Amino acid sequence: MDLFEILRAALSQALGPQAIVLALAAIGLNVHFGYTGLLNFGQAGFMSVAAYGLAVPIVIMDLPFVAGLVMALLMPVVLAVVLGFPTLRLRADYLAIATIATAEILRLVFGSVEMRDIFGGSNGLTGYARPFQDLNPYGSGIDLGIFALSRNDLWAATVGWILVALCSLLVWALMRSPWGRVLRSIREDEQAVRSLGKNVFAYKMQALVLGGVFGGLAGLFLALRQASVVPSDYGTNITFFAYTALLIGGAARVLGPVVGAIIFWFLLSGLGALFSQATSGANPLIPEVIMSNQQASLVRFILVGLALMLLMIFRPQGIFGDRREIAIDGR
Amino acid sequence: MARRLVALAVLLVFLLLPTAAQAVAEGRTTAAGTPVAAEPTDEPSPTESESAAPTVPDGPYLSVRLLDEGEPVPGVTISATDADGGELGSAETADNGIAIIEIPGSGTYTVELDEETLPDGIALDDETGNTREVRAPLNGPNIVVYNIGTQAADTAGFGFQLSAALVSGLKFGLITALAALGLSLIFGTTGLTNFSHGELITFGGLMTWVFNVSFGLPVIVAGLLAMVFAAGFGWVQERGLWRPLRKRGTGLIAMMIVSIGFALFLRYLFQYFFGPQTKSLSQYTTQQRQTYGPIAIADKEIVIILVGIVVIAVTCIALMKTRLGKAMRAVSDNPPLAASSGMRVDGVVAAAWILGTALSGLAGALLAVNSQVNFLMGFKLLLLVFAAVTLGGLGTIWGALLGSMVIGFMVEVGPLFGVPSSIKEVGALVVLILVLLIRPQGILGRRQRVG
Amino acid sequence: MAAENTTGTTPGSTGAVDVGAARAALREVPNDPGAPKPDPILVGSGLVRRFGGLKAVDVGHIEIQRGVITALIGPNGAGKTTLFNLLTGFDEPDEGDWSFNGSSLRKVASYKVARMGMVRTFQLTKVLAKLTVIENMRLGATGQKGERFWSAVFPSIWRKQEDENTVRADALLDRFLLAKKREDFAGSLSGGQRKLLEMARALMVDPEMIMLDEPMAGVNPALKQSLLGHVKSLRDEGRTVLFVEHDMDMVRDISDWVIVMAQGSIVAEGTPDAVMADPRVIDAYLGAHHDTDLSELDEEKIEAEAMAELEGKDKP
Ligand SMILES: Nc1ncnc2c1ncn2[C@@H]1O[C@H](COP(=O)(O)OP(=O)(O)OP(=O)(O)O)[C@@H](O)[C@H]1O
Ligand SMILES: [Mg+2]
Repeated sequence: MDLFEILRAALSQALGPQAIVLALAAIGLNVHFGYTGLLNFGQAGFMSVAAYGLAVPIVIMDLPFVAGLVMALLMPVVLAVVLGFPTLRLRADYLAIATIATAEILRLVFGSVEMRDIFGGSNGLTGYARPFQDLNPYGSGIDLGIFALSRNDLWAATVGWILVALCSLLVWALMRSPWGRVLRSIREDEQAVRSLGKNVFAYKMQALVLGGVFGGLAGLFLALRQASVVPSDYGTNITFFAYTALLIGGAARVLGPVVGAIIFWFLLSGLGALFSQATSGANPLIPEVIMSNQQASLVRFILVGLALMLLMIFRPQGIFGDRREIAIDGR
Repeated sequence: MARRLVALAVLLVFLLLPTAAQAVAEGRTTAAGTPVAAEPTDEPSPTESESAAPTVPDGPYLSVRLLDEGEPVPGVTISATDADGGELGSAETADNGIAIIEIPGSGTYTVELDEETLPDGIALDDETGNTREVRAPLNGPNIVVYNIGTQAADTAGFGFQLSAALVSGLKFGLITALAALGLSLIFGTTGLTNFSHGELITFGGLMTWVFNVSFGLPVIVAGLLAMVFAAGFGWVQERGLWRPLRKRGTGLIAMMIVSIGFALFLRYLFQYFFGPQTKSLSQYTTQQRQTYGPIAIADKEIVIILVGIVVIAVTCIALMKTRLGKAMRAVSDNPPLAASSGMRVDGVVAAAWILGTALSGLAGALLAVNSQVNFLMGFKLLLLVFAAVTLGGLGTIWGALLGSMVIGFMVEVGPLFGVPSSIKEVGALVVLILVLLIRPQGILGRRQRVG
Repeated sequence: MAAENTTGTTPGSTGAVDVGAARAALREVPNDPGAPKPDPILVGSGLVRRFGGLKAVDVGHIEIQRGVITALIGPNGAGKTTLFNLLTGFDEPDEGDWSFNGSSLRKVASYKVARMGMVRTFQLTKVLAKLTVIENMRLGATGQKGERFWSAVFPSIWRKQEDENTVRADALLDRFLLAKKREDFAGSLSGGQRKLLEMARALMVDPEMIMLDEPMAGVNPALKQSLLGHVKSLRDEGRTVLFVEHDMDMVRDISDWVIVMAQGSIVAEGTPDAVMADPRVIDAYLGAHHDTDLSELDEEKIEAEAMAELEGKDKP
């Protein structure tokens, strides 16, 4: 058992690109769910349209890199508008089903054999990220012993955390304004807000677009960092992990999703390394009969599920939250 | 508090025992030591490890999975060549449709399928070539899915294809209906939009497999036992989880999120004990369809359809006629009123959970008989079940049935009318969204009081 | 008060309504259901709303006089709240048309109705529990620059307006005795305090017409008295008030006109005194002993009469 190794794995992931992807996705969900009460279960869809929005113009249509970036930012907006029109009038649970269905439709279509010429099928698309990598100013990676990132990841992390900071700043500025007040009011009771002459639908749409763009940034960032877009990266799990991160950090708090994402990845990779160590080697700490090495990688995901349940039940305000201000009442 | 913990513990033990027994009974395939601090890139999608293969080489390899409309095709020879045309070797697809070919490292390869070795009576359709170029980005396992479209070798007429699709649609619709009925019962009595319902279906399928393969019981007995266990599972989770939550006054949205956590928890727990592979039952695995006049149907399909119809009919009659059924509908209509008129709402809800999970468990068992068992089988069906239930109107029994049949036929018949068959579920999901747009309360649903 | 807030919506600023004249004009109106008014602000005709087989609202014609206080009374389930919902766009009628200030409100979204100057409160209060009382109030203000997405990012654009709104909100909170609760979460208020907050918040919109659904339910007697004063002063500012109330003393005290609903339709209307003397109203709603103190009556007699009435009603 090498605790240092475990800590190193945990920290490197918690401060590395994976946590950034999750943080961006969760910031979007915070706007949707935390502040506005929109139950978007299709954040993966916003991520995937942005990622394919980046890759398809460059790889398939031979357009310049910038065109891909523009498309990546535009597609989530389009998706939000198209999705919002029919679904924003729906009850919360219907909205949840409609959004998760949309995300799955997108994933299936992106991965389909019939559309392989456009989206690359289940292998996805690659070969668009060079301009991003060429911008990398770092000569080498970073290794502080307890924390290490490769050269590419260091560059991605730099860009990513700046992005996270900017998004958080924007959310902070918006949510202390009267605009944010309308959103929080809609979360409480949209009829009351209507009775005061506010166009609830328009506000929900703005919130859906804003959170969708944040989700899109998550997808865009993942695509750039990973240099490949694969449909299986955009399954429903990523959305639910983002919800878990959001609930860990505390919904309706500006830094909740960021803190949550860091803790989420810290625990996820820490536990992964822990159980991996405990089950590997000639004489593993945990006997093979109880847990094989393959099974060891699953324990942490079992714990994610458990954590999501227990958080929602016992601490819906998140680890640092204030019960009186929370978005949803778990009790 | 203490009682709740005990109930939770019971729930876990109940859940783990049979699967654990199976794991031990089965004996474990030695895990090839893939380091776990592995590629961070595939972390967010651990479910994709689903196609891990039985014997895995140490070095880089291609794991080619041959799928015909999502069904694995076993016994087909696959060979690979590198970019310069050099032969790398060949392998035969296993039961799960996977063939493993070692490669020197990352690069682009051509995979060729030996048409001679395709199962009797099917051939590649016109659009599918027998070679495919694949990119292998990793210096380790590279998973490739080779989707093929096949057709019956003696090209059947449209009428025959239609009748085949209708049979499949009926079968699929009935299985969906069983699960949808279960979801609907639970939603009706508790208001819970249960995202862990897919795992209840999986539970039925896995239990069938455990009783059949690990304990060697006949499939029919195994299926019945699975249904009983599923019902017990429903009761335990109602007592151990959902009822305490209701008693605390947990909101419906919060409960929905709890159900998501529960779904993740169960799904990975299933994978933990069952493994990522797709496995077959011991009986009725490959049955050819036989021709009766204009329709072709396999024996097991007849049984699935009959079981579906009978169980659904009995359930509906019971809901209409028996006191318990009437009580359930009363609770669905208006829980406070039912409570104030002296009904034991808790008892009725527990009954709904038991019945609901039994039906879903049966759906899982039938799915297992129909094709194979996998820890994701229910999750894959979940959205279609939601679609069915929403289509008909959340919480109404007849709506769930109607919606399921529409979904079943749409999914199976759609490909005949130009829906790409690799994404035939998409049509159903699109319809779901359209229905929500036009009639959010569903075809048979009611609107709620405002203000 | 900021100019943007008030344009077009403050009746006081137009000075068009003369309360005395409006009340005087009502005296000429016949006491018939659906009677036309000399200066109606709200006119509805043929409004029907069905729930399954039940006709919850079936109003042939209704007119509300501008600048006066109109009470809407009727037994439980008469359709008063449903009518409110229809008129304010929170529910859609199966048939019928209605207009506010001469413009039709058919198919007009509820928030637009509120912007046109007709604001309602809810029978089951809808305070925003996770916002503070003062935030609830600020939300009510209309035309806020800071509620637009891009302006929201720059406080310099909306700070001044926000301060003005806060001054106005504080004044209203003072008036409704909620000043002490200013920083508390609205969720911590009592039932009666919520009613007050909701009314105060509706006034932040500065409506031309305010519709109150049982504003006094759950409010203590002393406060009721002062609220009555506030409602009257709303009228004296030139606003039109339509309210639902079961407390007959209050109805008698402040309303200039009373409309009685039963089983979805208007069965009577007129001045308070005339309506309360109307045998149909007594029969359908008030009961024979409505103006006598209950304790003075022979309880058995009342019960017997009630029983007789119930049995009589069961027949059709
Ligand atoms: N959404 C709905 N679905 C079915 N029935 C409804 C709905 N809304 C109202 N009703 C019915 O319409 C009738 C009128 O209800 P409404 O709430 O308008 O009565 P009310 O006059 O406001 O009564 P109260 O004085 O008790 O508030 C009642 O019989 C009620 O049951
Ligand atoms: Mg009412």
